[in-house]
Amino acid sequence: MSASLNSVTVAYRSDQPPSLQARPVVITGAGIHTSMGCGKAENAEGFRAGRTAFRPVDLFDVSRQRVGTAGQALMPEKPQIPGFSGRQWGRMDRGTRMALTAAREALEQAGVNGAMPIMVGTSAGAMPIGEAYYNQAVEGKSLRGQFLRVESYQPQRQMTAMARALGVHGPIRIISNACASGANAIGHAFQMVREGKAERVLAGGYDALSQMVFAGFDSLQALSPSGIPRPFDAARDGLAIGEGAGFVVVESLESATARGAMPLAQVMAYAAATDIHHLTQPHPEGDAALMTMTAATKMAGVEPGEIDYINSHGTGTPLNDIAEGRAIQRLAGVDTPNVKVSSTKSAIGHLLGGAGSVESVICLLTLDGQWLPPSLNVREADEVCTFDLLRETRETTVNTVLTNSFGFGGANATLIFRKEVGP
Amino acid sequence: MSRITISGTGAVSPAGWGVDALMDLLRSGGKPECSSVERKTSDGTVITTTVARVPALADKSRLPRSPRLRRTSPIGKFTAAAALEAIGAERLAAAQVGEIRVSVICSLMNGCVNYSNRFYGEVLHDPKFASPILFPETVYNAPSSHLSAILGSMAPNDTLVGDGAELFTALELATEWLERGDCDLCVVVAPEEIDWLSAEAVGLRSKEIVPSEGAGAVVLEKDGSGPVLLTIPDPISYAEISDRAAALRRLRGELSADDDGRTLLADGRIGPSRIDRTEDEVFADWNGPRVSIKSVIGEAFGASASLQLVAAVEMLKSGEAEKAIVTSVGGNEQVAGCLLGGATPSSLNP
Repeated sequence: MSASLNSVTVAYRSDQPPSLQARPVVITGAGIHTSMGCGKAENAEGFRAGRTAFRPVDLFDVSRQRVGTAGQALMPEKPQIPGFSGRQWGRMDRGTRMALTAAREALEQAGVNGAMPIMVGTSAGAMPIGEAYYNQAVEGKSLRGQFLRVESYQPQRQMTAMARALGVHGPIRIISNACASGANAIGHAFQMVREGKAERVLAGGYDALSQMVFAGFDSLQALSPSGIPRPFDAARDGLAIGEGAGFVVVESLESATARGAMPLAQVMAYAAATDIHHLTQPHPEGDAALMTMTAATKMAGVEPGEIDYINSHGTGTPLNDIAEGRAIQRLAGVDTPNVKVSSTKSAIGHLLGGAGSVESVICLLTLDGQWLPPSLNVREADEVCTFDLLRETRETTVNTVLTNSFGFGGANATLIFRKEVGP
Repeated sequence: MSRITISGTGAVSPAGWGVDALMDLLRSGGKPECSSVERKTSDGTVITTTVARVPALADKSRLPRSPRLRRTSPIGKFTAAAALEAIGAERLAAAQVGEIRVSVICSLMNGCVNYSNRFYGEVLHDPKFASPILFPETVYNAPSSHLSAILGSMAPNDTLVGDGAELFTALELATEWLERGDCDLCVVVAPEEIDWLSAEAVGLRSKEIVPSEGAGAVVLEKDGSGPVLLTIPDPISYAEISDRAAALRRLRGELSADDDGRTLLADGRIGPSRIDRTEDEVFADWNGPRVSIKSVIGEAFGASASLQLVAAVEMLKSGEAEKAIVTSVGGNEQVAGCLLGGATPSSLNP
C-alpha cells in the first residue's frame, strides 16, 4: 500500500499489509539548534571553523558538582507564528523551545506542514519542569501550578503543543532509547516512508540541560573534570553534556519530485541493535556497533571504504571510544586507515536524546558544504585510532556519510546519508 | 497473506502476579486491596495517598535469577515477569540459545519514577553522594534493556513514551518489525510503578481515582496461535482534534467494529463520571459485552491499556467474545485503539 501524497497513514490493517518494496527516501528540510548557534548557517560556520561552544552552566546550581560547564545553548527567541501566543511559548520547556525552533527551520526549508507523522527522540523530556514539581511537592506548602507542571513535564504534551504551533498533525511517536533516541526517530521515519506507510515524516530529537541528568553523569564520573571533552584522545577523561535539537523532514523521493522540492540528501540506511553486555558499558569489542554498521552498509549497498566520513558517537569516555573504535576497525578491515572519523561532541558536548538527530543534521551540513568537522582538543590520539582521525577541518569531496549513536541500555543505531540522490 | 497473532499474554497487577490473578479478580467482580503511601514534606506535614499496589511476589519462579534484576526498582521486575509469562518457558529457552530472535518494545508514561525520586533527592541533598547505581536505572529504557539482556537478544529494542494510549503505537511498531522480518517474536510490554510523586499527581486530577501499578505484556508473531490483530488505526492526535469525544468517535469509526453482541469492548473507563464522560458518551449505544479494567484495578498510567488488552485477549481465547476492540482516551496526546479477532475463520475477514 502506498500512501497518497498528502495523507498520513501509519495504521496497520491485516487485510492491507504494508509494501516491503523499498523506495527511495530523501531529506527535504533540516533544522538545528545547539550551543554553537541557532540554525544551519551558524552551526555550519562554527563547526567548519573548528570552534568549541562550552560555557558556565547558569540554569541550576552546579557549585557542588565536579564540573560547572556544558554546551549550554542560548535560548532561541519566540518564533513569529500566527496564532502562537507568548503564553503558549511560556508553557514550553527549554527543550521543546529548541525542538520547535529546529523543526520549524526544517519544515520551512522543505516547504511543507499539515498532515504527517512526527517521530521524536528524547531522553529527559521536560525534566526541568519535573524537577520544579518535585521541589514544590517536597516543600509541601502549596499545590498552585502543580497540575500544570505534571502535565507539562510529559514530553507527549510538549510535542503535541509543538505540533499545534507548527501546523503539523499526525500520530506522534516519542522514542526514548537514551542517547540513541534522536537517531532512532530518524530511522523510524526512514522505514515508514521507505515502506510506503507515509509520504513524509517530521523527525528529530532534542534534550535540554537539567540538574538531575547533569548530576547523574557527574555521579558516574562520566563528565570530564576539565569540562573539555577529548574524544579519541589517549588520555580522555569524560564527556561534556550539551543541549539542543535537530529535526529533518524525511520524504519519499516520489513526493519530493512531485512537488518540486530539492532533496538535501538521500537516506540510504538505518539499522538498530541492542548491546546486552551491560546497562551503561558497551561491549569492549563493540559488537552491537559492528552489527548496526554492518547492517546499514549492507542496506545502503556500500563498502566501508566508500564511506567518506563517520560521525562517531565519540563521547570521550574511555570505554565508549575504545568500543566504537574497535567496531570501526572490524567493519573496515584493511580499509581502516582510509576511513575518516571525528566526533562533533568535542565541540558542543553530548546532546543525549538529541545527539543522533543533531549529528545527522551536522552530516547534512558536511554534504552541503563539502567539508568534514574535526575532533577537537586531541593531544595524542588513542592507539585505537588506526583510522583517519580528523583533528582539523578538512575540505574534501563528501558524498556518503555514516553516523553512529549509542545509549544507556545498549541502544545502538546507525544512519547513512548520501548527497547523490538516486533510485 | 500472513496474520499477526497474539500468542502469549502476561500480567502483573494489584490483583497479583500473572494473567490468572488478573482474570480471576475481573470475573469475581472484586477489587484489589488498597494500601497507602506516606511521606513527610519539609515542614513535617504527612501526606497520605491511597494506592493499589502489586502484592509482594510469593512465587519466586516468576522472576529469573538475573544480575540485571538485582538493583532494579519494581518497574524492572514487573516488566520481566509480565514479558516472560507472555513468552513462556519454551520460547524463552529458544531465545536464550539464539534459536529465535525476540525484539522488545516497551511503552510507558511515567517510567522509573522510584529511582528518579530517590536520585534527585540525593542530588539536592549533596550531589557528591548521589548514587551512581541509581542514575542509570532512572532512564526510560532501563526496564526494556534488562529484558533484552535476560532474553539474550540483540534484536531491536525500543522504548516509547506517551500518554495512556501509547500502547497502540507500540503494537503498530511491532507489526512493522514482524512484517519486515526484524524479529521472529516481538514482546510488547507496558509497565509502571507507584511512587508518591506520581500517585499524588493523580490526585491533582481527581481524588476519586486510585493510583495503581503493574505491567501487561503480549507476544506478537506472524501466523502463530491465538487471537488475530486485525486493525490498529492511526492514533488520533489532540494536535489534530482537541475534542476528545470527536476523536474517539472517529476512532470508533475506523475500528469498524459492529456492536453485534459478540464483540467485546475493553475500554478505559475508571469510575468517576466526569473522567469517563467521553467514553460514556461515544459508546452510549454499546450493547455488547464490555469490560472496564481500570475501574477494577485503578489508574496504572501507561500500563492500563496493556492490561485492558490482556483481558480482551483472554476473553477471546475463552470464547466470551468473537472480536474485541480495545480503546484508550489518553490524557494529553491521543486517542487510540485496536481491533482483535478470535482465532476463528470469521476473524480473517474483517
